[in-house]
Amino acid sequence: MIRVLYFASLRERLGATAETLSDQPETVGVLRSVLAARGDAWKTAFSGDQPVLAAVNQEMANDDTALGDGDEVGFFPPVTGG
Amino acid sequence: MSIEVRVQATPLDALAEIAAVSGDDRGVGGVVSFIGLMRDLNQGDEVAAMTLEHYPGMTERALDRIVEEANERWDLLGVRLVHRVGEVRPTEPIVVVVVAAAHRGEAFRACEFIIDFLKTRAPFWKLEQKTDGTQRWVDSRSSDDDAAAGWSTS
Repeated sequence: MIRVLYFASLRERLGATAETLSDQPETVGVLRSVLAARGDAWKTAFSGDQPVLAAVNQEMANDDTALGDGDEVGFFPPVTGG
Repeated sequence: MSIEVRVQATPLDALAEIAAVSGDDRGVGGVVSFIGLMRDLNQGDEVAAMTLEHYPGMTERALDRIVEEANERWDLLGVRLVHRVGEVRPTEPIVVVVVAAAHRGEAFRACEFIIDFLKTRAPFWKLEQKTDGTQRWVDSRSSDDDAAAGWSTS
């Protein structure tokens, strides 16, 4: 089971703040495909056209980062602080 | 040496943060500060206010890590990094970075490093509320990526 959080403009485009998935995909890359397969806004967001960054357990991650039971994944646009 | 990293929803007093770092360490020869302010003009549109979103937990850790890295690269005597979240109005400070060192070279470089890395690695997102009532998410800037990339790893 993993928890997935969505931030900022991505959250608005998807209409989703957070969810729990009962299985965990092997990697972040696989998770992106699972989400894209939902179609519509999910497909647009996770198709790779716009940059969507990922963090696993609050550390920046890439597509190869493995996922384990209980992990927290965050997806968000490029950051704009400062 | 004192390191303080903070994210806060209440208004920032930049001068108080600077004064706190200057303190009474007699080894400090130089204090350098950066204050990032909210501008009321972006891409030709007037901005009434801005909301700063963050990723609670990850944001603080990312800021801690950036300051740790600065402290490893340069010989520093004090660092303070304070960043706003929530609603900010034009001309209000969004971020304050203060660095104290024995000499000015380290203080200048560490201060610039911290703000350059914060702009590309710290999870914050700015949402502008324009004077016409609409909202717009601020885009990231390639110049920020260039600035961060400009710091070598050696």
